[in-house]
Amino acid sequence: MTTYAPVPPVAVPAGGMGSFYRGVRVVWQRELLRFWNDRLRIFTVLVQPLLFVFVLGNGLGSITRSVSGVSYKTFVYPGALAMSVLFTAVFSAGSIVWDREFGFLREMLVAPVSRLAIVVGKCLGGATTATAQGILVLALAGLVGIPYSPVMILILLGELALLAFTVTAFGVMISARVRTFQGFMGLTQMLLMPLFFTSGAMFPLSGLPGWLHVVTRLNPLTYAVDPIRRVVFHYLDVGAAARAVYAPGVTWGGYHVPIWLELVIVAASGLAMLGVAGLEFRDSE
Amino acid sequence: MAVPAGAAAVAVRGLAKRYAEVEAVRGVDFEVAPGETFGFLGPNGAGKSTTIKMLCTLVKPSGGTATVAGHDVLSERNEVRRNIGLVFQDPTLDLYLTAAQNLRFHAELYGVPRAVVPERMAAVLEMVNLADRKDSKVMTFSGGMRRRLEIARGLLHSPRVLFLDEPTVGLDPQTRSSIWDYIGELKQTEDITIFMTTHYMDEAEYCDRIAIIDHGRIVAIDTPQALKASIGEDRVRVSTADDQAAMAALKQHFELEPRLSEGQVMFSVASGEQFVPRLFAELGVPIHSVSVSRPSLDDVFMAYTGKTIRDAEESAPAGAELMRMMAKGRR
Repeated sequence: MTTYAPVPPVAVPAGGMGSFYRGVRVVWQRELLRFWNDRLRIFTVLVQPLLFVFVLGNGLGSITRSVSGVSYKTFVYPGALAMSVLFTAVFSAGSIVWDREFGFLREMLVAPVSRLAIVVGKCLGGATTATAQGILVLALAGLVGIPYSPVMILILLGELALLAFTVTAFGVMISARVRTFQGFMGLTQMLLMPLFFTSGAMFPLSGLPGWLHVVTRLNPLTYAVDPIRRVVFHYLDVGAAARAVYAPGVTWGGYHVPIWLELVIVAASGLAMLGVAGLEFRDSE
Repeated sequence: MAVPAGAAAVAVRGLAKRYAEVEAVRGVDFEVAPGETFGFLGPNGAGKSTTIKMLCTLVKPSGGTATVAGHDVLSERNEVRRNIGLVFQDPTLDLYLTAAQNLRFHAELYGVPRAVVPERMAAVLEMVNLADRKDSKVMTFSGGMRRRLEIARGLLHSPRVLFLDEPTVGLDPQTRSSIWDYIGELKQTEDITIFMTTHYMDEAEYCDRIAIIDHGRIVAIDTPQALKASIGEDRVRVSTADDQAAMAALKQHFELEPRLSEGQVMFSVASGEQFVPRLFAELGVPIHSVSVSRPSLDDVFMAYTGKTIRDAEESAPAGAELMRMMAKGRR
């Protein structure tokens, strides 16, 4: 039997805020590492938005009238952008369930870092990877006649990051309660599809039947999709008539909800769900 | 082994855990001295894993107190966590990352100073003989390699107490013995206390002291040698032409307490070797074979709980299974 030189022991520093940031950073880094290792997924997630824009967009284009030369394809593009970010973010949050099934979650839960740090790291990781996914879809903007304006792209990235953060927080909150990855995917699809369909991603939010009007206004996702579309149409060289039809914005009664308030609503729902997730994981074994 | 108060690596008083329907641990007391290798021995469902989870701050006790490395498991959770290393019976590695990435993640999570991480990583990988595989993804590792990597990871942050929950469960005998070689080396190179659970009798022999746990209670606690000595007598196994007649004769003529086990008549007697000639002379039933053995830990377990550890597992109440399922679900 070989004998080894004694290993110098290390002194692990005490807790506090330092340990919080450390926990956030290391969980975030792992998300990026896993995303990068799984490059195939990056391309499979691209399929869905491509179907929406080019298949559904062209298919429905023939029966929807185009206003001032703007086609349905261009209209649906911001919705598809939101969708790609949405599904990447949820998938990223789902890795918690995956980690639980394969045991790695316990490695994190027994570490001397706060559970909230783990949850925050996970949400930021999901936000980062889903935004990176969004960049790929953004690269396709030219194909639907949207100019590559640097300022527009920067604003869109900010909005997508916020959407991704909130959706990851939603996914992490769910993942605290679900034991199997199949269960997680089933539950999130069941919740996300109605949210996505009533968010105005696929149709304008004006002139809807009364009940649908109410549902779209209660849906937090509405306030994430609308700013994305409004920014895209702001940078699109179209007339006021086309903007009024395609990107009318969200109204409450007669009140026109400003973009900043929409973003506050998205951020607030994200933080609230993050808080719930933090509480759920605090007492989890 | 008496341990002065406050100096113990692990000190437990009246520790209990009750799940909704099941009393998993019913008030246990023990102390583990620094540098000691202490084993919890018992059948599945006896409360071993629940106790280890309480000591590791993963499960909140419903009664009693416990300190690990001088810190209270309830009020100083992070202090406890910083000072312990854990190897669970279920794997907790990220299979999609390499061995080195798993270790680096752990080092960061435990705040091991960056400057010492490479040296420390190299040392623990060398110790478990995985240095040449550090850049392979863990999913390509065999069960034994994964377990060794977990042990290396558990040591990365120089814990004062290493918890091994069934460290060799599910491994083949050869791998099991190599894991014990690594643990043996570890005892020489690191200043560490080991707290382990096992339901393999032969593995309990590696411990300085053993607590036998059954139905959530400690029924005996001592060194393996003392435990074996405490039940003293030799074990004699006889196979005969007529086991029933032999049993009757042993009871009436020799005033022993024989029982049938695995097709043989078994009994305990003070000096087995001297007893054998008498047995042949006086039993009155043809004897095919006789074996005499010193008491093993299995016999110790039998003496204290009235059953073999395998029987104990087979007859484990439905509650034990339920408890394990609940523990899994709560993780």
